[in-house]
Amino acid sequence: MNTTDLEKKRAEIEKQGYSILNLGPTHPATHGIFQNILTMDGDIIIDAVPTVGYIHRAFEKLAERRAYYQITTITDRMNYCSSPINNFGWHMTMEKLLGIEVPKRAQYLRVILMELARIADHLICNSVIGVDTGALSGFLYVFQEREKVYEIYEEICGARLTTNLGRIGGLERDFPKKAWDKIHAFIESLPKALDEFETLLSRNRIFMDRTIGAGPISAERALNYGFTGPNLRAAGVDYDVRVATPYSSYEDFDFQIPVGVNGDTYDRFMVRQEEMHQSLSIIKQAIAKLPEGPIHADVPDIYLPPKEEVYNNMEALIYQFKIVMGESNVPAGEVYHSVEGGNGELGFYLISDGGRTPFRLSLRRPCFIYYQAYTEMIKGAMLSDAILTLSSLNVIAGELDA
Amino acid sequence: MENVTQEIGKELQDKFGDAIVSQSLIIDFPTFVVKKEKILDIMNFLYDFELYKFQFLTSLCGVHFPDNVKEEEYSVVYQLHDLVRNQRIRLKVFTSESQIQVPSVTSLFSTANWLERETFDFFGIQFTGHPNLVKILNMEDQPYFPMRKQYPLEDGTREDKDDSKFGR
Repeated sequence: MNTTDLEKKRAEIEKQGYSILNLGPTHPATHGIFQNILTMDGDIIIDAVPTVGYIHRAFEKLAERRAYYQITTITDRMNYCSSPINNFGWHMTMEKLLGIEVPKRAQYLRVILMELARIADHLICNSVIGVDTGALSGFLYVFQEREKVYEIYEEICGARLTTNLGRIGGLERDFPKKAWDKIHAFIESLPKALDEFETLLSRNRIFMDRTIGAGPISAERALNYGFTGPNLRAAGVDYDVRVATPYSSYEDFDFQIPVGVNGDTYDRFMVRQEEMHQSLSIIKQAIAKLPEGPIHADVPDIYLPPKEEVYNNMEALIYQFKIVMGESNVPAGEVYHSVEGGNGELGFYLISDGGRTPFRLSLRRPCFIYYQAYTEMIKGAMLSDAILTLSSLNVIAGELDA
Repeated sequence: MENVTQEIGKELQDKFGDAIVSQSLIIDFPTFVVKKEKILDIMNFLYDFELYKFQFLTSLCGVHFPDNVKEEEYSVVYQLHDLVRNQRIRLKVFTSESQIQVPSVTSLFSTANWLERETFDFFGIQFTGHPNLVKILNMEDQPYFPMRKQYPLEDGTREDKDDSKFGR
């Protein structure tokens, strides 16, 4: 819209007695770069115009110029609160296209990492809901636990936030002993921290008054808006990719899918809270049932050989060179694979023409899809509820803008 | 999965005849190429289909095939999901650059609103009947559609970069 149109619109809104409030793009309460131009009647929101794209980095275009193994680093910059899920989602897409069967041990190790990532993701979201209602201490308590998850990543891959974990065909290395020690310590300490956090918030009168009925959405509207993940489940639909189309051996584990009733902020909070308990249970089951065996499939033309072999073995050197130069043979075809990300169904739609880079990679980013319902959810609400709704939807700017 | 493709394909053929151009099973996805004029009717039909109720739009994206014949240069891919019976299908429409209009499905799925805006933003595909078809992730006055294959990754208008120094 050009300036004169904007001026005209502003005059029109002000003539009706409403005021305009520019919320964002860098407002401390929005936890990310989100801009909303709100039309306000006192403290009531009449209309909202969201602007997205502030940190758009053209991932889909970038992916068309990168060898397949280099796209992992793109994926973990989408939902950076749960990057291992994105990494493995991409690897599984490639494995589906290439027809690679990953050994059970690698699948179980992936499940452990993905559930740790889910816990870290939900911890951030729920503690930030607390902060937005004015309860800062819960946030400080559970961030200690999130730090422990990041330390586990650190032991396994060396990175904390943008993990670049795993390879197409499996994992790059098995968990070291120190990582196992930290995982066991985390399993011990998390329930206590969650209990403490729940004592602070879930039956807290002030918290309940603030969140119950804030930003509700019905199951019907949520489905029409393409909601997935905890936000859809809070509205009462029990759709979970881990159960609907199991990947990475999720069918081996016994877990519940929590659902809410009203789809409001409180339900979203409670669904995420219960999902953390379920994730913990999945991790325990995976550790108990963890099979022995290799951590990657036997695909020498896709999976990098160990360094000692590269230096001493001709064939390994050739494979190393071909893989790094992006000359792996990938068949032409198209494939869609989705995983249950921290925020919902994270899908990769890949078209390959047999070349060294994807012909087209379309990313189904759950945040981008459900953020468009935000306007509808906050109409008629108070400004303070709009902030709460935004944090309880867990809109991650990196995933929104890709 | 093969028989699901046949089953849905037969129903669609009976109802829409030659608007269904082809059908196939790609890995685990029944895929139907349909005529773009009929896409909204077909989606409406599938929404209240007897066998499967495809009431969830999983994704919508554009694709540019510069090497295709002129009439099939651009494609829009829709992926639908029946959450109750857990069945997914993919619909594809093809269009040419000179007639780049495709009917919008926003009347059926609110999801399609931003997804169509994104597809317009990156491929320039015009969705007729869309309530607010403006660019979404790029700036509004960007003069080109960056995901089209003729545009290189880096800004071609820059003169301060010497590609030969970067091995390109």
